[in-house]
Amino acid sequence: MELSDVKTILATDCGSTTTKAILIKKEGDEYRLQVRGEAPTTVEKPAEDVTRGVLNAVGEVEELTGRKLIADHKVLVAEGKDEGVDIYMSTSSAGGGLQMMVAGVVKTMTAESAQRAALGAGAIVMDVLASNDGRLPHQKIEAIRRLRPDMILLSGGIDGGTISHVVELAELIGAADPRPRFGAGFQLPVIYAGNKVARPIIEGTLGEKTSLYVVDNIRPVLERENLGPARNEIHNLFMEHVMAQAPGYSKLMSWTAVPIMPTPAAVGAIIQTIAEREGFEVIGVDIGGATTDIFSVFQKVFNRTVSANLGMSYSISNVLAEAGLPDIIRWVPFPKSQLDERDLRDRIRNKMIRPTTIPQTLTELVIEQAIAREALRLAFVQHKELAVGLKGIQQERTISDAFTQTMTGETLVNMLTLDMLVGSGGTLSHAPRRVQAALMLIDGFRPEAVTFLAVDSIFMMPQLGVLSTVMPDAATQVFERDCLVRLGSCVAPVGNGKKGQTCLKITADWPGRGHVEEEVKYGEMARLPLAVDERVKARLDPVRPFDLGHGKGQTLEAELEGGVAGVIFDCRGRPLNLPQDETARVDALQRWLAALDVYPNHGSSEAA
Amino acid sequence: MAHAYTPGLKVVETALVRKQRRLPLAGEVLVEKGDKVKALDVVARTFLPGNVETVNVANKLGMPPEDIPKYMLVEEGTQIEEGQVIARMKQLFGLFTSKAASPVKGTVETVSNITGQVIVREPPMAVSVTAYIDGDVVDVVGSEGVDVECVGTFVQGIFGIGGEAYGEVKTVASGPRDVLAPEDIGPECEGKIILGGSLATAAALKKAIAVGAVGVIAGGFHDRDLRDFLGFDLGVAITGHETLGVTLVVTEGFGEMPMAEATFELLACCEGMFASINGATQIRAGVIRPEIIIPRPGEIMAKVGAEEEDESNLEVGSRVRVIREPYFGKLGEVTSLPVELQVLESESKVRVLGVKFDAGGKDVIPRANVELIESGRR
Repeated sequence: MELSDVKTILATDCGSTTTKAILIKKEGDEYRLQVRGEAPTTVEKPAEDVTRGVLNAVGEVEELTGRKLIADHKVLVAEGKDEGVDIYMSTSSAGGGLQMMVAGVVKTMTAESAQRAALGAGAIVMDVLASNDGRLPHQKIEAIRRLRPDMILLSGGIDGGTISHVVELAELIGAADPRPRFGAGFQLPVIYAGNKVARPIIEGTLGEKTSLYVVDNIRPVLERENLGPARNEIHNLFMEHVMAQAPGYSKLMSWTAVPIMPTPAAVGAIIQTIAEREGFEVIGVDIGGATTDIFSVFQKVFNRTVSANLGMSYSISNVLAEAGLPDIIRWVPFPKSQLDERDLRDRIRNKMIRPTTIPQTLTELVIEQAIAREALRLAFVQHKELAVGLKGIQQERTISDAFTQTMTGETLVNMLTLDMLVGSGGTLSHAPRRVQAALMLIDGFRPEAVTFLAVDSIFMMPQLGVLSTVMPDAATQVFERDCLVRLGSCVAPVGNGKKGQTCLKITADWPGRGHVEEEVKYGEMARLPLAVDERVKARLDPVRPFDLGHGKGQTLEAELEGGVAGVIFDCRGRPLNLPQDETARVDALQRWLAALDVYPNHGSSEAA
Repeated sequence: MAHAYTPGLKVVETALVRKQRRLPLAGEVLVEKGDKVKALDVVARTFLPGNVETVNVANKLGMPPEDIPKYMLVEEGTQIEEGQVIARMKQLFGLFTSKAASPVKGTVETVSNITGQVIVREPPMAVSVTAYIDGDVVDVVGSEGVDVECVGTFVQGIFGIGGEAYGEVKTVASGPRDVLAPEDIGPECEGKIILGGSLATAAALKKAIAVGAVGVIAGGFHDRDLRDFLGFDLGVAITGHETLGVTLVVTEGFGEMPMAEATFELLACCEGMFASINGATQIRAGVIRPEIIIPRPGEIMAKVGAEEEDESNLEVGSRVRVIREPYFGKLGEVTSLPVELQVLESESKVRVLGVKFDAGGKDVIPRANVELIESGRR
């Protein structure tokens, strides 16, 4: 069947706890989501067969649509018929996803490139080995043995350069005699993507002890990264070695029309597709129970990071450990006297040990969303540190560069040029009020100037990602029409001023309000309703010293886009500093929450 | 989703408990199928490859790496002693000598003429596994280990710290609501597993260590005490490797939480019996819960560990326990299971159930926030 003839598409995502299925149908010229179903993932005991969870989730879709989708205990693919689907595909992060170690000669150069290659392929990077990472050889060997990754990516040296360091790393890997996580009788896959001159020696060192694959150098010259071949090999090996060993996956692989993708790689694929089509600079975030993934496209460069221990259930205690209780409490709009620290710590731990529970009271919701802000902030700090330009390269400087003193390896993330910020994951997608998701994104990421905010309605980006690899038009249509919940534009001037001074003047013809001339003071937030798909051409005048990207006090003519949260004007300043004084902090939070109508009763409920 | 609630942890009076005891890599199994074993008997052992040390011979002799094979005194595979000279070079007609010695005893693994490094592997390290429970060897897993089975009391906790420990059960609390205080723990607790009530304080744990108790079981533990006790804020809940001198098994959660009466009564009935406990917890994919196993030959009521677990459903009349604020720890009975989603105070729209609390009162709460209590399961 030609892909253009495909009318029904079934896609599943086997997550670590839940398997989600979506059914997409072509209506006229457009692909639209029909229904979704979900069921617990069944990779672990007692079932130990991923296909059982898949069939349960698909069974729910079957019930909801009345269309027969399962036959002979498998997904029914029946091209062009009234039953079954034309094409079936899947992503997976079950069983801990893809876990890798990477190695490179210089920590900030080839090792960092290797890390970017692995992360971009959807892996969790367990450790980064480098010749200069400060560890002694036996400590590196101990780390390789202890962590038992699914595979190792070894890089190092530019083509034709020195080989001794990368060979030394290979010798350490060989000495560790590593064993893979799955499949006791199998050799560990090692991908060599370093100096091509060293290939024969690497083959001699690792050829017998590991399952060695050689691809093009990820850093053939200092000035250029070549991550594609290594990423493709990671995907191939993920299918051949990791997935094939996981319970039930051989069966699942035989059902799918396209290779099973690691979930984060699929999310990255849809984000890249959107960025390319729209010419956008974009950030996507998926805040899960165990991990927080951040994807970005800036200057057409795609980056992904995974913060393996920042999440809202399994990893919630680690957010507490990394952020510290004071940084969480600062987002809670009650005085500290109303919060018993010991009780709060116990509550957070109890969420960790019973991860599926949900906040019943408003206070619980407010606290959980405060923790989410810190998880997002910390994950974004990690992302900015890795989403950087290449380090150590020669730069051509003009006379103007001499004044800006830019250095190599600076972060590519530029909040002033960011067009779109998309959130997903339970905390954001299921927030009772959409404006809560908008404010969590704003507080976690601190967008600057004009940024459009959105959330993934039911977390279907993974399925759309794998779909985008074969049918990008269909994936984009569903993403635009059914996946994205448009929250609206956020306008945030950069700079800090004096309390009470005017920060921003807004002039526009606003739907339903006529000619609007509003002022927002420094330290305040405001919201103007603007419906989904409505747009307003606005004149935005930041008052000196504030800046909307065109210089301090310079006017910005911008098209603001509506959404379920309307247009948010965040004049709290950038960098965002919360008042240090306890009374002033609580007062400010209460004002902001009231201005945006974030919680009923401004977040007050049972005595906290 | 059809199953929106959290299944409870197992609390079983007599169950067939099966434990796999496996080496990290192939080795030698020391027992046979059908053998009776004691918890501390070694059932399998192996030798892990030793640590390696690298010697930068090229640097020490001051020569290019490609030249070092000429000056090596030992070959790959040679056994060497600590301090033994492995490479030597004479300069200026023998007036000056440069040499490289091995920092450890071991075997020369590789001599690299690319990096100039010599890798010396230390002697293998012996690793063994014990039976962990008193029982029968029911299966031999190749050359890697065995399955040991016993009939006994099996209780899963929700969180723990410390690894495998063994000792007699000693009930110190007078009831499931008692807080375990340091003064309750005396010298008679040496070598014992202490049964507490609703809370074990950090001071009580320290006292337990001081008197030589091997384990503590309690309903709750404060997170702040956990931090003080471990010396750091535990980020990711993967435990079991702590070597603090005592194993802790928490049955209910963080904070002061009365132990479920069924759990307390069951464990209290095992007074003086020999128990195996393990605090290892992994709240991640591949979840691991802490456990208490007390071998008690007798009638088998349920199977644990080896057989597939059945999933149970919530029904009107089901006994449940609330596992989230504001009713955390309360017990009750399901009075209704509305199909429609309902809006909570937090404005979340979720599936709910009506519950009548044992202590009086009733409310509607999210289905996700209860645990089912049933025979053989809490």
